[in-house]
Amino acid sequence: MPVESVFPRLEALLPHVQKPIQYVGGELNSTVKDWDSCDVRWALMYPDAYEVGLPNQGVMILYEVLNERDGFLAERTYSVWPDLEDLMRKHEVPQFTVDAHRPVGAFDLLGVSFSTELGYTNLLTALDLSGVPLAAADRTEDHPVVVAGGHAAFNPEPIAEFIDCAVIGDGEQAVLDISDIVRAWKAEGRPDGRTGLLLRLARTGGVYVPGFYDVEYLPDGRIGRVVPNRPGVPWRVSKHTVMDLDEWPYPKQPLVPLAETVHERMSVEIFRGCTRGCRFCQAGMITRPVRERSITGIGEMVDKGLAATGFEEVGLLSLSSADHSEIADIAGGLADRYTEDKIGLSLPSTRVDAFNIDLANELTRNGRRSGLTFAPEGGSERIRKVINKMVSEEDLIRTVATAYGNGWRQVKLYFMCGLPTETDEDVLQIADMAVKVIAKGREVTGANDIRCTVSIGGFVPKPHTPFQWAPQLSAAETDARLAKLRDRIRGDKRYGRSIGFRYHDGKPGVVEGLLSRGDRRVGSVIRAVYEAGGRFDGWREYFSYDLWTAAAEAALPAYGVDVAWYTTRERSYEEVLPWDHLDSGLDKEWLWEDWQDALDETEVEDCRWTPCFDCGVCPQLNTEIQIGPTGKKLLPLTVK
Amino acid sequence: MQRIRLRYTKRGRLRFTSHRDFQRAFERALRRAAVPMAYSAGFTPHPRVSYANAAPTGTASEAEYLEIALSERRDPAALMADLDTSLPDGLDIVAAVEARTPDFAEQLGASLWELRLDGVAPADARAAVAAFLAAEAVEVQRETKKGLRTFDARGAVVSMDVGSDGPDPHPCAILRLVVRHLTPAVRPDDVLSGLRATADLAPPVPAAVTRLAQGPLDEETGTVTDPFAPDRDAALAGPSTAAGAQAAAAPGTAGQ
Repeated sequence: MPVESVFPRLEALLPHVQKPIQYVGGELNSTVKDWDSCDVRWALMYPDAYEVGLPNQGVMILYEVLNERDGFLAERTYSVWPDLEDLMRKHEVPQFTVDAHRPVGAFDLLGVSFSTELGYTNLLTALDLSGVPLAAADRTEDHPVVVAGGHAAFNPEPIAEFIDCAVIGDGEQAVLDISDIVRAWKAEGRPDGRTGLLLRLARTGGVYVPGFYDVEYLPDGRIGRVVPNRPGVPWRVSKHTVMDLDEWPYPKQPLVPLAETVHERMSVEIFRGCTRGCRFCQAGMITRPVRERSITGIGEMVDKGLAATGFEEVGLLSLSSADHSEIADIAGGLADRYTEDKIGLSLPSTRVDAFNIDLANELTRNGRRSGLTFAPEGGSERIRKVINKMVSEEDLIRTVATAYGNGWRQVKLYFMCGLPTETDEDVLQIADMAVKVIAKGREVTGANDIRCTVSIGGFVPKPHTPFQWAPQLSAAETDARLAKLRDRIRGDKRYGRSIGFRYHDGKPGVVEGLLSRGDRRVGSVIRAVYEAGGRFDGWREYFSYDLWTAAAEAALPAYGVDVAWYTTRERSYEEVLPWDHLDSGLDKEWLWEDWQDALDETEVEDCRWTPCFDCGVCPQLNTEIQIGPTGKKLLPLTVK
Repeated sequence: MQRIRLRYTKRGRLRFTSHRDFQRAFERALRRAAVPMAYSAGFTPHPRVSYANAAPTGTASEAEYLEIALSERRDPAALMADLDTSLPDGLDIVAAVEARTPDFAEQLGASLWELRLDGVAPADARAAVAAFLAAEAVEVQRETKKGLRTFDARGAVVSMDVGSDGPDPHPCAILRLVVRHLTPAVRPDDVLSGLRATADLAPPVPAAVTRLAQGPLDEETGTVTDPFAPDRDAALAGPSTAAGAQAAAAPGTAGQ
């Protein structure tokens, strides 16, 4: 049955909204497939505004992987801003895909990628605009199966009521496997309806269907246990991992938007996973093991991607890009290759050391040297041991001196506030560090126009990390500590004016903390916030702490818990955590030992360069870390 | 250095492309098509592109213009084809000519606009247009970056007539108007404001606006003429280096 485009109805609304171009699709390299010749149809959603969602690599990769296959179709949908939402409700225009403007409710599956928990209210908006019941239990065979993915899906419990299933880990192979199951189920005449399909998915062991698990609570509010309620449904659901990145060179044809977006560059993921072992970092923990893309694979992706897009910048992405075993050859080779074409190279997420200044110099060979960013994360040597960020102050000062000596004028330092065991003194040492950086910069350059910006955010403990048991600092204490730091910096007569200070207040972190480590009971808070108008919680101009507080105060007492119970409470060894039945590959015993090491200020090395420390991931996946060097070089391309 | 003038469109849903959006898309298309651009001097060199008189966001156009400077000579027709392939459908390059005359932007003296007013009976539109044209001046207001401005929308309008499309019960009046490019610029929505002010004409849905042509105004006939004509004439009169200049097509016929 053909599905009608809603565009004619949407078009009439577009002259009345901000930046209408974000809703019309037609991006270069976008795909519209024939509806009727496909039997498995996905709507892929990034639950934030188009300008943030379009460059998302995860969605872009799955979109292309699915559309390359015969019979599978994928279109994209993003959150609409409230101005359009109001008009859509008034004129009964449903949530639509930007590719062919088909109504999201007509698809077989709605895959939603959650990079952050702050997209949960936007999920509810999209479901409601699609005409899909908010609660999975109320859906019928006619509604899409709602699949959650992305890093936040490693604890999907707060949105358990609203999703049909969650997939954790890498999506490339997983979306194809799920599509095959959906195809077979449809071809067989949909045996046992929606439940029949979800059972097939759950029994693979790699798809979490919250409805097939019952959560039992203890009298004190903690979880007693989580039990499968259907035969054949596994006790724990495992994550998906693609081992050879060179087999998945996506995106091959990156989308090029007409609207302005947050990242306008050709991004290539140079490796996945990280074994630095920073204890606060959820991404580093849940994406193990390390898997490098080869230097030649990277070279080919960059070349083809630039030809397909016309972008003027290449981003070499990963969690710690300078750690690629052949990064110097990669950066140098690409810089050689694209000097003539005025292509810029960027290397986000790099660690603090002198080697990276050489790299940064290489990347900016032809351009301007403005600013460099480093992330010591903690202000004192002691707290850096707690978080396992192995950077000494001497390292940092030496690195900064090299940077200033090479013509860089501004250094940005990124920190967190509210780390476990942290005191005021740990945070105040950030000011001392910034002063030393400026002093060193003035000494090295003999100039006074040296700048250092301190940027600091509140720490939120995340599931599947050694800090999953840690108490979060309250908003009031976070704000008080940051105020002291601000006063210390501003009060410095000699250096204060050279130091910029940027920070966020502690309130959004509390909501993020509630959603990160929440359980199914938090779902009622999310629903209440959505119903009260909560949208776009990742945007300061839309986020409302009062809305969240009011909803939590109304919903949580019935369960005998409150926001503090979820955030500032320290968990014990025995406690069943809401996400324990989702298996990230990390051994819970090892995480606990690492948590104890943190409290003892004991550091753990990176297993790339030192022996295995038994985090549990490799044996579970029956694999090893996949790194080079391959010894190959990037060949210069022939001149066109 | 060779300069090439291009005529391009904003069609269908891509009429919602803002001018900034178009600039980014066009500069990327230049890279994809490997056009040998001349770059500006300075710390961050930019490809040399001059845009003229862009239509407002949400307005379709068959006649937008820009000029690019190349570091190597190219055949305008081949360049046009390469660039058109590199741009999304709807942003189409429909004519190209090698620049042989100065001050291109000044050639663009007037525009021919089409306004489709869905739900407006042609007879009502005719009455409103007659009232508007009969007026000496029609003051309208528009919110600009500098605040609310009041100006005359009548003086710039050279002509305006009414056609129709579709029988009752779905009336649709089609206005065609020639508007001189003055300062402050009078845009189609200003003329609509003027029709509302003089004759209470209030279309039930937003007008679908398309720029059909842009160029020098022939004062005798009141029509908008082809802005590439002087370049083509100069090429015919000049030396034979004008390879490909003939490739440029007349407005309204190319690339349709």
